[in-house]
Amino acid sequence: MREVLLVAAKDLRIELRSRVLLFQVAPFAVATLVLLGFALDADRSALRNFSPGLFWVAVLLTALLAAQRSVAVEHAGRAADALLLSATSPARIFAGKALALAAQLAVLEALLGVAMVVLYDARVEHFGLAVASAAAATVGIAAAGTLYGVLAAPMGVRETLLPVLLLPVFAPVLIGATRAFGDALGTAAVNGWAWFGLLGLFALVYAVFGALAYGPLLEAEA
Amino acid sequence: MSILLGRPPGDRPPSAAPGHTGSRATRILGVATLVGLVGLCLCAFIFSPPDSRPGPEPGSRIGQFDAVRLMYVHFPAAIWTYSALGLCALASGVYLWRRGVWWDRLAHASAEIGVLLCAVTLLTGMIWGRPIWNTWWEWGDVRVVTTLVLFLTYAGYLALRSVPAAPEARARRSAILGVGGAVLIPIVNRSVEWWENRTLHQQSTLEELRIEDLTLFTLVLGIAVMGVFFLWILIHRFRLAWLEAEVESAGLEAALAERRAEAGEVAATGAGAGGTGEGGSAP
Amino acid sequence: MESAVWLRDAVCCRGRFPALAGVDLDVAEGEILLLRGPNGAGKTTLLRLLAGLATLDGGRGTVLGCDLGSDRRALRPQVGLLGHDLMLYEDLTVVENLRFFAALAGASDAESRAALERLEVAPRLADVPLRRLSAGQRKRVAAASLAVRRPRLWLLDEPHAGLDESGRGAVNRLVRDAAGRGATVVLASHEAPAAAEVATRTVHLVGGIVAGRSPDSPAAPASSSPAAAPPPIEQVSDA
Repeated sequence: MREVLLVAAKDLRIELRSRVLLFQVAPFAVATLVLLGFALDADRSALRNFSPGLFWVAVLLTALLAAQRSVAVEHAGRAADALLLSATSPARIFAGKALALAAQLAVLEALLGVAMVVLYDARVEHFGLAVASAAAATVGIAAAGTLYGVLAAPMGVRETLLPVLLLPVFAPVLIGATRAFGDALGTAAVNGWAWFGLLGLFALVYAVFGALAYGPLLEAEA
Repeated sequence: MSILLGRPPGDRPPSAAPGHTGSRATRILGVATLVGLVGLCLCAFIFSPPDSRPGPEPGSRIGQFDAVRLMYVHFPAAIWTYSALGLCALASGVYLWRRGVWWDRLAHASAEIGVLLCAVTLLTGMIWGRPIWNTWWEWGDVRVVTTLVLFLTYAGYLALRSVPAAPEARARRSAILGVGGAVLIPIVNRSVEWWENRTLHQQSTLEELRIEDLTLFTLVLGIAVMGVFFLWILIHRFRLAWLEAEVESAGLEAALAERRAEAGEVAATGAGAGGTGEGGSAP
Repeated sequence: MESAVWLRDAVCCRGRFPALAGVDLDVAEGEILLLRGPNGAGKTTLLRLLAGLATLDGGRGTVLGCDLGSDRRALRPQVGLLGHDLMLYEDLTVVENLRFFAALAGASDAESRAALERLEVAPRLADVPLRRLSAGQRKRVAAASLAVRRPRLWLLDEPHAGLDESGRGAVNRLVRDAAGRGATVVLASHEAPAAAEVATRTVHLVGGIVAGRSPDSPAAPASSSPAAAPPPIEQVSDA
């Protein structure tokens, strides 16, 4: 656990120093929401109805960038080799990096949430459900993003390969989170907590799969 | 299966590689595929009746009519898509466990054929959907949407495989992605099912169909022919990967010889080369 | 004496290119081995192979008792590699980098401070992000992060490159200390005088194999003072 937190703290500290998230990823996220608003002709009721889906599309696109960044940090200067040479188990490195990515995504989601309320006139009716399902989705996205990020990492084509590999994986997250938010924001008459369960299952499956697969992947890079 | 596909490369000297991708098994399977296809065409287009039965109003007929004939391709292709991609995931898993190149090649071959058959499944499904559902694409159907995600997932797998990399590293990454697809698909299936909570065709196509003896026979024949076809190109594709690896390792031998010759050249001019390198250090 | 490195006909490919084309190498524990050879001879690949970071594509090899084919995971934590790439985080400060790797290795903050002092990194640089340091200063930090981990096998790829006189001296002191404590060192260097100062033996690598393998017996024992060892380079030049 200590090593997990060390790796996570290291990633977050790098983020605090480089400010890539703040100056590059966050504006991208908000710009995406604005463009989606244009796409729907800025129709207020349409925007409010579709706000859960638009929100999560923006989150997933943003998560692609954040996942790329998370891998790039290790590959600049081959720091990944240093992690391999340390006695830390790959599963702990995976957990640490996924945790840091989840924390960054949570900040971005908070920002996007505010933007959604302001731009799309969305109203959160069940705050607890919204937060819980966002948390479950975030863990799942972070686990899948960390795993697939390193899968596509060592190749010269990371920027184009990662989206191809990762977007199909995000499909169930998008469905589940959109439905859960639909309930939380009162735009869809569904059982949001059931969808929360599905998001939790996804997060669990990818956390376990990632922890198991991360070691062989790091080895493959070496 | 190893009898069909050929022994693992470790068991034989490098020179024993096949000169082509054919073998006795592929010739038999190839002839069987051709004969089966002729039989399937006869059954599907001539002998089997169109799907039609009396409608609710007197004198009217309902059913899929001639569109039902697409089922004889669509349904077998779907079954063998799932089998091929399942085989890819299975071989990927075994590769991670046992680390044999044999399994990596099997995973690659079955993924390529699986993606191909998946495209056939989706295309014939869309062509069938146009007259029957009155739409090319139906978001409300679990299988349609899941199959599309499946297609995208394993298209990504082939994209990963196409990136040049060291063979072992590529095999390992691909294997994890292959297993990852198998992890993903049940979740996608379940979520899409909840998402619309209705399915258009899984019961409808088979249960509403007036299954006559000949219709059922044609369907089973289609599955069998497609299966033989799958096995046939699987073996060819596997042996092609084998040949590619042979070419690669032959290239390695040449590269090794060349690399060692490089050392020989330097040794010939030995002291000179060493001397220039160390010029600065000479007292 | 235990053998720290044992390679027989080792082949290692970078992509399709056989960077190592059949290397035979024995290094005894406590030895300081200097690898020499022209650019592209395979020195860096050999070091990465010994670190357990590159796969053995042919031949056999054992490093620190770990088989290079099956046991690389057990090997890696015992090895320290100083490469062309510093394997540090550019956005973190000197101290943050050191603390992170020290903590992963189970070393204390005090030890990382001490390592920085030994490499003569000025204390005022401690809180400066690595990005803003010069090449030589970064190299010192990388060497310090290596020292903190106290590896049993030190693999140094051009440790003297980009360093000034005092930096080379600091690196050499570090190497001698390590060997004195029983660690084994393999270093690749073009900086002949600085490297020859510490090395107890030299091996010449050309075209991915060991050239001019001198018939001389295994190695000078580690206990012999490095300064007293004959300048190893001349052995090779004669060969």
